[in-house]
Amino acid sequence: MTSQKNYTKYIKQGAIWGFILVELIFFSVAGHFLSLSDTAFMDFDNMLLLLKQSAPIGIIAIGMTVIMINGNIDLSVGATFALAGIVMLDSMTWPIFAGLGNWVIPVSWLLALLTGAILGGLNGLIVWKTGVDAFIVTLGAMLGYRGLVFMYNGENPTSHLNWTLVDFAEAQFLGIHTASWFFLAVTAIIWLVMTRTVHGRNAYAIGDNREAAINAGIRVGPHFLRNFILIGFLAALSAVVFYSESGSVNPNDGELYELWAITAVVLGGTKLAGGSGSILSTFGGVIAIQLLRKGLGYIGADTETVNLVIGLILIAVLFLDRQLNRKGRGELRI
Amino acid sequence: MANFTRKDIGVLLARQGILIAFVVFMIGFALVNQRFVAPDNILGVIRSSAILGVIALGVTFVVIGGNLDLSVGSMMSFSTIVVLDLHDKIGPVLGIPAMYAMTLALGAFNGLLIGYLRLNSLIVTLGMLSAIYGLTLTYSGGKNMDIADKEHTWFSVFGQGHILGVPSPIVIFAGLAIALAVLLAKTPFGRKVYAVGGNGVAATFSGIPRARIVFLTYLISSFCVATAGLIQASRSLGSQNTVGQGMELEVLAAVILGGASLLGGSGTVFKTVIGVLILGFIQNGLLLAGLQFYVQYVVTWIIIILAVWLDIAAKRGRLWSPIA
Repeated sequence: MTSQKNYTKYIKQGAIWGFILVELIFFSVAGHFLSLSDTAFMDFDNMLLLLKQSAPIGIIAIGMTVIMINGNIDLSVGATFALAGIVMLDSMTWPIFAGLGNWVIPVSWLLALLTGAILGGLNGLIVWKTGVDAFIVTLGAMLGYRGLVFMYNGENPTSHLNWTLVDFAEAQFLGIHTASWFFLAVTAIIWLVMTRTVHGRNAYAIGDNREAAINAGIRVGPHFLRNFILIGFLAALSAVVFYSESGSVNPNDGELYELWAITAVVLGGTKLAGGSGSILSTFGGVIAIQLLRKGLGYIGADTETVNLVIGLILIAVLFLDRQLNRKGRGELRI
Repeated sequence: MANFTRKDIGVLLARQGILIAFVVFMIGFALVNQRFVAPDNILGVIRSSAILGVIALGVTFVVIGGNLDLSVGSMMSFSTIVVLDLHDKIGPVLGIPAMYAMTLALGAFNGLLIGYLRLNSLIVTLGMLSAIYGLTLTYSGGKNMDIADKEHTWFSVFGQGHILGVPSPIVIFAGLAIALAVLLAKTPFGRKVYAVGGNGVAATFSGIPRARIVFLTYLISSFCVATAGLIQASRSLGSQNTVGQGMELEVLAAVILGGASLLGGSGTVFKTVIGVLILGFIQNGLLLAGLQFYVQYVVTWIIIILAVWLDIAAKRGRLWSPIA
């Protein structure tokens, strides 16, 4: 019985990697017949580019995993992303920093990250102090923070190109792009936090059974606050990495990012109810989505089909998960 | 009135707080700007809230049944695009029922997955948000959809017409609101929706077919979405593929503002209408006060959190959360 349990668990944890493998094989084979381009799908440079393109959503999705393991959700990350981007680009032009030269870059990064942490922290504080569900708090914040984005610069884009920064963002160290390094580093650090520290253990415990966690002496409120600060910080980090290269923020940027991030997290097997989930699987989920995007484009499918396919896969994953998790045939269907 | 204690006031505020806040808000804005309470302004606000409102009516059923529907925004884009396309291809007489059938099929798919297969509604409808958007783009080829002859079509009657001097979107919104209010409050079906959302296990043990009830709430939701799509298409006679984008969360904000609990089992059609009108009048009031449209986002944020906070604070009898 135990071995069978381990077996199922093993399948479930490996599922996302198996899915990625299937995608790779499918697109390589299908691409051989359908693609107009000469290069192979599994071209090394192509894969490196894929990693880079998945970084903005990926960094947010890692934070979202922590939030969802807690049993919470954050719908405001897209707006936080845009606001942090604006703060970074705009602060580089502030007169008080005029004398700093290129030292303005770390300062503006710091300001952007601080913005993200404060916005996240505000959500966390409201969740902690008022007891209103995180879904509602962050739903409100999604509107509110977007309002702040618009208030900053109206409906105009905020643009500032700093070539030193663009060079840094486009640089490749050991062949891997800057954005990818950030994504990999964030994944590694948060993975360590969630698997090797007390904070990580508490996150699972709270998500699994909040009452029990409170009775065990875990201070749930401050714990939530820390995680919301973390996801705000990561949303800002994602913005900082992305806008360093592009140099221009539209006030609508980041819309629907929360939904993409949640999709990646759920594909990776994390439950909405909390208490389970893995950072590495979320990493897999992010890669799987980006692979699907690129792959469908590669075999010549319309970009429109991507949304359709991803939506249906998300539902299929949920369905399969339900089938695998059903405790027994005789279970009461309520 | 002698026994009217502080506690009674608290209970009254908790029960009708949103209505009282609405009245206070209206009076406040009316004092600042006379134009705010002019009849044509009020009609204008209700008219522009009608599309959001019609969708919110359906989502109210879903939320009371204990589920969520995040797919309504892209579903409305779908309905709008489809009905505009069919208008020129097979004419509005056949096109409108065909659009309703297609939209109801999407709602039925939601209901099947969530009601009968008991999958998590948040994720299913999130997936459907993406899938239906893809479907719409595939249908339209990514292009905007326009009616060829905009001058000579009676199709504009749903969005631009008047019935007894009242703009038709308002008539549709009001008619649907009354019908659904009766359905929810006065019929056995309505009671079952509350029962399923309030305590699904107890409802099942009482012999209520939970799966079928949830299925029907999604069908109602998609019917309302189709109606909203019809109004939208008829009003503009042309549309982008993204016309309903972001609508799902705005609708949810209106439903929550009306006092429905996301846990299910509470809320009414009347309260949702109030929630929709509050959002509409806030937007209008701020615009009349000379503020940009995006200021309403921030105001809505504060109002939603305050409304929900005060609601649950009244229920638990203390302001601050018991979270350790």
